[in-house]
Amino acid sequence: MGEVRARHRRKVIAEKYIARSSAIAARLIGGEMMIMSAVDSTFFTLNEVATVIWQAADGRTPLSDIVASKICPEFDIDPDQAGRDVEQFVDDLSRHGILLVSEQPISSFSPEAA
Amino acid sequence: MSLLAEMNQKALGLGIPISVHLDITYRCNERCVHCYLDHDDHGEMTTAEIEDVLNQLSVAGVFFLTLSGGEVLMRRDFFEIVEHARHLLFNVKVKTNGVMIREAEARRIRELGVEQVQISVYSHRPEVHDAITKLPGSLKRTIEAIRFLKSQGLKVVIANVLMAGNLFDNSGVMALAKELGVSYTLDPTITPKMDGDTSVLALRIPGSELKQVFHSQELVGNVEEFCAPPPAPGEDIMDGFPCSAGHTACYITPYGDVFPCVQFPLPSGNLRQQKFIDIWRRSPQLEEVRSIRARDLPTCSTCAHVGTCTRCPGLAYMEGNMRGPSTADCEKSFQRTGIASANMLLRARTGSGAPLIQIQAAVSL
Repeated sequence: MGEVRARHRRKVIAEKYIARSSAIAARLIGGEMMIMSAVDSTFFTLNEVATVIWQAADGRTPLSDIVASKICPEFDIDPDQAGRDVEQFVDDLSRHGILLVSEQPISSFSPEAA
Repeated sequence: MSLLAEMNQKALGLGIPISVHLDITYRCNERCVHCYLDHDDHGEMTTAEIEDVLNQLSVAGVFFLTLSGGEVLMRRDFFEIVEHARHLLFNVKVKTNGVMIREAEARRIRELGVEQVQISVYSHRPEVHDAITKLPGSLKRTIEAIRFLKSQGLKVVIANVLMAGNLFDNSGVMALAKELGVSYTLDPTITPKMDGDTSVLALRIPGSELKQVFHSQELVGNVEEFCAPPPAPGEDIMDGFPCSAGHTACYITPYGDVFPCVQFPLPSGNLRQQKFIDIWRRSPQLEEVRSIRARDLPTCSTCAHVGTCTRCPGLAYMEGNMRGPSTADCEKSFQRTGIASANMLLRARTGSGAPLIQIQAAVSL
């Protein structure tokens, strides 16, 4: 059952593409990404794992690939746990307009990762 | 501690210049009576040079970028510069007089994701504002610009520099800001010209009127708290440094000169000769600025106001000694609390024995 849920979750992640919004300011400072929304001036700091996802959010790489190739091996995180955490993270940032999320590759302007 | 404060703390620890103020031109379409700049073009950086500087600032870790002048829109490549800055994901704030901003410019500023636009307004009365800017019709144009920017959903701040000529108009400007739905900030600081000319200091608010400003609930909020006597300074205060200039912030002129701050014209290097990061990390001038702690200030370290004074090391530098007092800030501390600063007391003792009021007169020169 656990494996089924895991496969299902991986399938959901595979359908998502994420891109950095252009309506933000961002800079990598001491390994942490600092982000400010130009829309509502909300300020965010991303930890090391979230920063890697942010930097990989090019609109073309499926989210599941980002998790599988950049998060799990580099941070030694269980794939199921990583999938859940990444979905939560993506939902949080997309609600604030910081990340764009789509089920199709996103071809619009995606600024530098800073 | 807020995330922003944490970020500043982290930048300080890592030696990162988190904020840079870049003047892209000193040219201006106004001729404000109190302005500290020479408006002639002595060889501004080209578009390519500015873009290269922005690339360097991005790599150095700069997050907050203020683009100012002069009037920024006097540069035909202004939007090109902002576009490049935003592509590099700076948090961009623009300072302007707004005279050249119409609907199309406001829309472009919004499209580029500028965080905030700060516009100088000296009075709600055209005859006063225009007399200060020496540009007839400027208040009308500026207010129109604010409306265009607001209609685009941009954050606008009215900056109200207070001086003798517009002293009692701050309430009118505050009401104007409220009507326009924008923020308001007041600044009673008039600085000497960049070349050291102090003639504009005659425009500063006289001490007695400054006291009125500091005791206005409308301006300062809780007057009792704002004007309270300073608490005794602890070790943390004495080990502290006066402001972010040279620590997490610096200023760049249109000619590529790097200073600790726009109000601290200590030449620390030039971007046409050196890389920004080399100036930031290795300039002897910036290193000296960074080395100064409150306990190293010969007069101010003995002052009751040492922990609460707004002492500006740049203004002190322009008075002749970056470790000395900034008399304009001594005046502010005095008018705010009624307690004379160590500098005032020293002058009274070593001078002609004249009463403190004569020190105020000296400040107003």
